[in-house]
Amino acid sequence: MWEVCRRLSNFGDKCVFWLYRDKNREADVNESCPSVKNILLLDSEGNRVAVKYYSDDWPTNSSKEAFEKAVFTKTQKTNARTDAEIAMFENNIVIYKFAQDLHFFVTGGDDENELIISTVLQGFFDAVGLLLRGNVDKKEALENLDLILLCLDEIVDGGIILETDANVIAGKVASHSVDSGAPLSEQTISQALATAREHLTRSLLK
Amino acid sequence: MSQYVKKDDDRDEEAEYSPFSGIEKGAVLQEARVFNDPQLDSRRCSQVITKLLYLLNQGDTFTKTEATEVFFSVTKLFQAKDIGLRRMVYLIIKELSPSADEVIIVTSSLMKDMNSKTDVYRANAIRVLCRITDGTLLTQIERYLKQAIVDKNHVVASAALVSGIHLLQTNPEIVKRWSNEVQEAVQSRAALVQFHALALLQQIRQNDRLAVSKLVTSLTKGSVRSPLAQCLLIRYTSQVIRESSMNNQTGDRPFYDYLEGCLRHKSEMVIFEAARAITELSGVTSRELTPAITVLQLFLSSSKPVLRFAAVRTLNKVAMTHPMAVTTCNIDMESLISDQNRSIATLAITTLLKTGNESGVDRLMKQITNFMSDIADEFKIVVVDAIRSLCLKFPLKFRTLMGFLSNILREEGGFEYKKAIVDSIVTIIREIPDAKESGLLHLCEFIEDCEFTYLSTQILHFLGIEGPKTSDPSKYIRYIYNRVILENATVRASAVSTLAKFGAMVDSLKPRIFVLLRRCLYDNDDEVRDRATLYLNTIGGDGSVFETNKDVKEFLFGSLDIPLANLETSLKNYEPSEEPFDIRSVSREVKSQPFAEKKAAAKKPTGLGAPPAPTSAVDTYDKLLLSIPEFSTFGQLFKSSAPVELTEAETEYAVNVVKHIFDRHVVFQYNCTNTIPEQLLEDVTIVVDASEAEEFEEVATKPLKSLPYDTPGQTFVAFEKPEGVPAVGKFSNMLRFIVKEVDPSTGEAEEDGVEDEYQLEEFEVVAADYMLKVGVSNFRNAWESLGPDFERVDEYGLGPRESLKEAVSTVINLLGMQPCEGTEVVAANSRSHTCLLSGVYIGNVKVLVRLSFGVDSAKEVAMKLAVRSEDDAVSDAIHELVAN
Repeated sequence: MWEVCRRLSNFGDKCVFWLYRDKNREADVNESCPSVKNILLLDSEGNRVAVKYYSDDWPTNSSKEAFEKAVFTKTQKTNARTDAEIAMFENNIVIYKFAQDLHFFVTGGDDENELIISTVLQGFFDAVGLLLRGNVDKKEALENLDLILLCLDEIVDGGIILETDANVIAGKVASHSVDSGAPLSEQTISQALATAREHLTRSLLK
Repeated sequence: MSQYVKKDDDRDEEAEYSPFSGIEKGAVLQEARVFNDPQLDSRRCSQVITKLLYLLNQGDTFTKTEATEVFFSVTKLFQAKDIGLRRMVYLIIKELSPSADEVIIVTSSLMKDMNSKTDVYRANAIRVLCRITDGTLLTQIERYLKQAIVDKNHVVASAALVSGIHLLQTNPEIVKRWSNEVQEAVQSRAALVQFHALALLQQIRQNDRLAVSKLVTSLTKGSVRSPLAQCLLIRYTSQVIRESSMNNQTGDRPFYDYLEGCLRHKSEMVIFEAARAITELSGVTSRELTPAITVLQLFLSSSKPVLRFAAVRTLNKVAMTHPMAVTTCNIDMESLISDQNRSIATLAITTLLKTGNESGVDRLMKQITNFMSDIADEFKIVVVDAIRSLCLKFPLKFRTLMGFLSNILREEGGFEYKKAIVDSIVTIIREIPDAKESGLLHLCEFIEDCEFTYLSTQILHFLGIEGPKTSDPSKYIRYIYNRVILENATVRASAVSTLAKFGAMVDSLKPRIFVLLRRCLYDNDDEVRDRATLYLNTIGGDGSVFETNKDVKEFLFGSLDIPLANLETSLKNYEPSEEPFDIRSVSREVKSQPFAEKKAAAKKPTGLGAPPAPTSAVDTYDKLLLSIPEFSTFGQLFKSSAPVELTEAETEYAVNVVKHIFDRHVVFQYNCTNTIPEQLLEDVTIVVDASEAEEFEEVATKPLKSLPYDTPGQTFVAFEKPEGVPAVGKFSNMLRFIVKEVDPSTGEAEEDGVEDEYQLEEFEVVAADYMLKVGVSNFRNAWESLGPDFERVDEYGLGPRESLKEAVSTVINLLGMQPCEGTEVVAANSRSHTCLLSGVYIGNVKVLVRLSFGVDSAKEVAMKLAVRSEDDAVSDAIHELVAN
């Protein structure tokens, strides 16, 4: 018993263990297919407009939100309006670009080819631009959320890149849009009216 | 949702025009009733689906009943002919991920869409169906999927191929049957089809090296169209290169020309992938590196941040192994220090620190000082790590670097950052004796005003070891005693221990230390008082208890050589009784896994780390074996080996063996898995032929009653062997069992079974099985404390070897010991290497080994082996291991 006591009394201070560095372990995962871990579209306050996760790294909604918050806060002040910017988070690389009050992010593992992820981001960014007819802002994006969601669906399937050419992506999405005769604008007006009506009623009831 | 509701109250907010303001789950679910209308309004239905998707996207969840209800009404929408609506229906079905019994309802609709004339329907229906389907349904639609893979519409083909990649995870045997179609798709003219087909084909053939090699050979000659497919091909090529290793005489690497050719591709993505692949080739020569470095250097001055980042990150990795190759980029790197993107700047700085020469250090440090103030802690840590390695590389520059570290130690910073700095100073003190005195004073000053208890205690402990050995130990006492006066109980307690160490080591200080320790007897914390009393007694403060000087030192400075977690479990299992707790009964085995750091060694600092947490594998084995009555008399488990596979991957039955070593016995634990769903195995035993293991005698077997599909089971065979002797031998094995057919639909097994056998591979019990990997915290101390009494030194010629690295790892594996202080890593191109190993040999004998390797121009490796242990015979045994 004596021996245990004296050893225990010492151990608190005795943790000078040296971790062994293993420089030889190069990432040997590279033969896998390029993959995307998530695509995020957030607004200028970090709230979700549309997000899609393809990896199990964030199993719960709260872990997803925590990731979004971390990414948003760290990138918020950077200027990613002309060229896509890049940052590292934990073991991920995040490539991002902003337009008006919309923040676009694409995440990949840290051994992924940065330029592949960047191509995915550019494809997403440009396709949204085409689908929203140049009015890339939060209001427009929410009004055409169906298009944004379809767009995400056409870019990546379960982490595997489906298509990166913005014209092709937008083409596939647009050909599906609700009765292609007078689609977006009309729908937008009717929705706007409905919203205005709702809003009026609520303010009257106050 | 709350933020939207909230914003409605605030009239000035722009967001109130959001089409989703005030949206509520309950209301939307009500709205979803329109799906059931006899006259479907496509647009309205689309909107409602969008709302549902919006809710899901915002993190709302549907209950099981809600989801089912929505799902059922959504299935009604297959009647509508509107393409847009159908796309939304596909989306929501994927999001709802229906359960198996629900899937059946949409299966027929989706199958109809899969065969429709509209390509959009076909592509999407395939993706949806494959996402939600299970194995049984898959066989029904397999025919259509095979057709779709070679469909002339590339969207349809891609959809089928991508689905195939996903399905390969769950139903590999089905997807593997498609390889002819996939092969055909690889030749497709559509760029992305080729990419997806290539990805799937490689995954199907993953375990067949020859096939992958053939695939690469044929494709690298031909034309691969899309950049993505080209990147993929580069990855497969480097895999093939890695596995084939340089086998031809000329020293040319197969496929290197292809990689180099890709550096001239028109797509940056491909250029970068190829450059990266070249830098990661094992044993890459500087001639091979040069073209890759050249393109990366061009990327450094690109206007695109992503390109700059990618290039600097890769060069940073190259700088770890080939600093000279990267020096050509130094000028470009220096201009990146002021890069807007701080990640790029940090990577540039750390690369420069690795590639810089001794004369440039001062200039570089000046630049870094300005830079440090405006980056975040996480980047600072990276810089501190790089400075530490720089200091170890140029020991003469320690004054500048130590000065820099002590400056940043005084500035504001979080715990991780401060810890990285302290760790670095500690490392430098250990490695550079000249730096000791100034380093210790910097640490002392730091603890005068340190808000982190953990760091204070670590530093105090370190002071206790190093302080007494300095020229003037008394100057540290003031700092240490200040802790006793000013700090919290934890720090006070460690300060007491540190004082005691000074008292024990420095006779001239003893009387004064006693005075200080006696004052601590009145501390208001138990632990502090206890320690003070304990130490006063041990080092003879009041003369009542007096131990020999050696014991005192062992007590104060000896390290706790058992893993703490093992000690903790043993103490928890200990029941108070007459019998005292015996520390020797605690298992000493630490799995080597915690030592192997995760990726990127540079990220993790070495230093005052916590002891590596041992995995519980030993414990579980221990418990498992104790629970078997036949083996309970064997005594304390000495060591369990890592599992050794006895079957090839993907055979009918997968078996591996774990060797459990006891003092007089060995137990082989065979872990068996039955991978055939239609079979149930019963009375599974292993027939072991030990004719090539003379000293072993079979004493017991424990068969496995039944082994159902995919549920691993264990069977054991025990052997007796001479006590304490490291007997070795070869064992061949035969799996014997009774096999019964199982009806896959009911899961019931037939009454009658057939006896059958299955040949397994043989394995050996080797000397390394009798050696426990136990690390020591300070090899030099341990080496000296063992003394030269049982030292054995001899020299060996190892003959021509592939490389020094390979020779070192072979010897480490042969001995089965724990490499210490990172000495298992051999610097590239070095001509000599010293490796330190430690372990515990059977019979609980501590063994330390010092290996010195040298290699001559003909790759002849010579080795000097010095062994110290607590037992003469063991030292000789280690030599015998190598000699054989």
